[in-house]
Amino acid sequence: MYGLDILKTMGVTFGRFIMTFWDDLRWFGRRYTLQALPIRQSARGRGIFTVQYPREKLPLPENYRGFPFHVVDPDTGKSRCTACGICARVCPPQCIWIVRATDPQTGKALREPAEFTIDVSICMSCGLCAELCPFGAIKMDHDYSFVSYRRDSGEFLWNLERLSKPLAYHARIHPTAYLAEQAAMEKKAAKQ
Amino acid sequence: METQAMTDVLTSLKERFPDAVEPSEYEGVVVAPARLLEVATFLRDELGYRYLSLVSGVDYPQPTTRFPARFEVVYHLFRESGGPLTLHVHADRDDPVVPSVVSVWPAANLHERETWDLMGIRFAGHPNLRRILLWEGFEGHPLRKDWHEVYYEADKKPFDSRYPNGRPVMAEARSPLGDNLRYPPGWSPQGWQSQAEEAVYAPLEAHLGGDGRRMPTDQVVVNLGPQHPSTHGVLRMIARLDGETIQQLEPVLGYLHRCHEKIGERNTWLANMPYTDRLDYVSSMSNNFGYAIAVEKLLGVEVPERAEYIRVIMAELTRIVRHLISIGSYTSDIGVYLTGMLYALEERELILDLFEMASGSRMMCNYFRFGGVARDLPDGWVALAKELVYERLPRRIDEMERFTFNEVFRARSVGVGVLPADKAIAYGCTGPLLRASGVPYDVRRAEPYSVYGELDWDVAVAYHGDIHDRFVVRFEEMRQSLRIIRQALERMPEGPVLSGKVQPALKVPAGEAYGRVEAPLGELGFYLVSDGSANPHRYRIRAPSFANLGVLGELCKGHLIADVVAILASIDITLGEVDR
Amino acid sequence: MTTQDARLPEVPPELRNNVRIGPLDWLSPLYNWSRKRSLWPLFGGLACCAFEMIAAAAARFDQARFGMEIVRPSPRQADLMIVSGTMTKRMAPQIVRLYNQMPEPKYVIAMGACAISGGPFKEGYNVVSGVDKLIPVDVYVPGCPPRPEALYNAFLALHALWDRERISQLRWYRKDVVDEGVPVPELGPDLVNWRVVEKLGATEG
Repeated sequence: MYGLDILKTMGVTFGRFIMTFWDDLRWFGRRYTLQALPIRQSARGRGIFTVQYPREKLPLPENYRGFPFHVVDPDTGKSRCTACGICARVCPPQCIWIVRATDPQTGKALREPAEFTIDVSICMSCGLCAELCPFGAIKMDHDYSFVSYRRDSGEFLWNLERLSKPLAYHARIHPTAYLAEQAAMEKKAAKQ
Repeated sequence: METQAMTDVLTSLKERFPDAVEPSEYEGVVVAPARLLEVATFLRDELGYRYLSLVSGVDYPQPTTRFPARFEVVYHLFRESGGPLTLHVHADRDDPVVPSVVSVWPAANLHERETWDLMGIRFAGHPNLRRILLWEGFEGHPLRKDWHEVYYEADKKPFDSRYPNGRPVMAEARSPLGDNLRYPPGWSPQGWQSQAEEAVYAPLEAHLGGDGRRMPTDQVVVNLGPQHPSTHGVLRMIARLDGETIQQLEPVLGYLHRCHEKIGERNTWLANMPYTDRLDYVSSMSNNFGYAIAVEKLLGVEVPERAEYIRVIMAELTRIVRHLISIGSYTSDIGVYLTGMLYALEERELILDLFEMASGSRMMCNYFRFGGVARDLPDGWVALAKELVYERLPRRIDEMERFTFNEVFRARSVGVGVLPADKAIAYGCTGPLLRASGVPYDVRRAEPYSVYGELDWDVAVAYHGDIHDRFVVRFEEMRQSLRIIRQALERMPEGPVLSGKVQPALKVPAGEAYGRVEAPLGELGFYLVSDGSANPHRYRIRAPSFANLGVLGELCKGHLIADVVAILASIDITLGEVDR
Repeated sequence: MTTQDARLPEVPPELRNNVRIGPLDWLSPLYNWSRKRSLWPLFGGLACCAFEMIAAAAARFDQARFGMEIVRPSPRQADLMIVSGTMTKRMAPQIVRLYNQMPEPKYVIAMGACAISGGPFKEGYNVVSGVDKLIPVDVYVPGCPPRPEALYNAFLALHALWDRERISQLRWYRKDVVDEGVPVPELGPDLVNWRVVEKLGATEG
């Protein structure tokens, strides 16, 4: 019959329309809660699929790669970075700039950065710097909130201070990786 | 490492053309330019090499082990059974000219234009040798090794300026004009006219003036794009219309030419992996796969079994994502305006959640490494994937099929844009475009890579070659992908996911390799030439959409403008890889 | 900036800014409130970021909640140009033309690393290192690509920008501001960006 296919297609849309309200009834009162969000946003969800950002935020998986940040060791108060330069060398668009510190008296190179800058307007969030850092000093952040009105006064050139975040923050956003790091450090300490 | 078939081919070539053919440095044969057309015709007609996959230009400013400094044009040929063949043709460094093989393999058309544009090698006998990715009037041929762009710092990365004394200096501050621009000395805008637009319209306007028909109708040259409400990207098409019927159609490319190949030569091998994400940006895992396979051929490294299964699962999930978008954007293009796209994007979001859990990013996954994958799957990933693949996706694919194959769709797609099988092969088309014309050619079957040879799946084929069949093939491919993923999820063993460690300054042994995968849009190939250092000597990408566009003009002749949109959507391109 | 050439549109003086708007300042909160809820983006997706922009418009993030689901393909009907993706030199004349064709009020969001500064492709010979080399940008969102939520942060930043504006100060209502549009660059031996070329002429004397 002419038009039957079109009715079937409209039936698909109509089915979704009905399911939206049906799903609302199922979740009545409990819709916008933290418990409901993972189920509604998974393969088992039905009905409306929307996340009401900024009131609701999707939880980010641990491996998520935002921009890099430095992990500040609570014992030393400084980043774990030893200015080895691997991240600067491996960065594909070359957006990491490191000045290695030198001892003011002897002129010998110290194992810490005097300056560390990342040009965030070029960073492609590939995560190779975090993956290859042998000291676990640079990790990928989960924060995507940075937005700027201008870029002519270095808003996108982030220095070491801007990039540093405490170890507790790293432990909170990367729980599995942090536990694995701790276990590896304890094993190494036990061997010695 | 040559098979018997390969040895036979080389023997028969040497017998037939004793003075024009000699073995090349790494793979294939070197052919003398004067006899190239004869050799090409012999290969196509008598040895069956009907499928030309890629034409690349390579610049050797220094002499190599056996040959002097030269420009080289490399042809990659395939046939239905039997191995691949690589032809090399050497050209003089001062005035490189090579005969054009467009008369033998029409697939060479766009590739040769690109080689002229970026490398400056002239192809004698090409019907339309104009720049394709850059514009007429651009100064220089950028892919030559001695051509440096404005922000040039050094030949190879990593740059010394970043460490150990790296104070950030914006690239703008280093360039004389404060911008990424450079004008020839003595050039001034007074009295100057841009030639770029004229050159684009010229081949069509040449034919204006009527064909001497009984009812004189006006012919008009019309521009479509580059900004238009479809999701394919910034593609521009110029059409010569007679009323509303298309007489000639030319795609104009280069609006997203981001200089992948030049930047790729400067990057290290590992650093190129995130750049490959940005080729077909919707199916980043497939691009990673192709590049990883090409480099692993050069390295000779084995991939552990768990990593192979993970790779296959990711590649097939990517195929489902890409086909969903293809179908969604087609329904959007023919007038449904976003409903179909929204349904497709919903499932895509769920699959992107999986990608994000495993690799860290929704779209730019950067997940594959040489010898495996970057990290193992997190806990709970397999359970979530099974939920999607066993329950949700099959239902949604059925629903999308009901939604798509209705009367309006059929009226606009059956019998429109028919591509016969031999034309498809001659033009180098691959992917659903080729399989819808009745040619069951799939790289996963023709040259099995990873564990595709051990899994049980079918190649989706349809026989009419019109738009409708291209979508039938896509739905069937999605179902086959689900079948593959289910088997892979069941059979995936435990074990390491990377053989060896990730090396930032990896040195790849000298040689050349052409690694190809079946990306959702067709055959994605990477032609890599290594000189033994930490950076590629030549990084050439064979993009399926670029090759498929060669046939767009032919397909659109005689159709209406509305059909052009539908035909373009059915060929399905992504500008990121067309323009690179 | 030189105006004698045919690249710029010619606005007759009697049509420039002839609206008296000072006494209506008290309506600014209502004006800004309604602007925030009906911002129509232009379908200007160039590259990979376009897909995150489409995802932001799609079911999961749903910019219809912000009144922005009307994505117009024609610049004449759009308020906001989200430059999502790398602006190449070849595409630059078209984007500037689109910007000129948008009627006031118009805003530009530079989405993604490529639009802000050329991004990872900055050194490319066909890449413009930042959209703001040619058109004025209101909000920059970094990321490669920025998540749809980050794009929403950009929309919210744009809204925050309007909270401080009063009607009498808006540039499209003021008599003293003459907007001639951005001169369209052309394709020559390299992209002919008129701002840069004039500097070249000045140095050559």
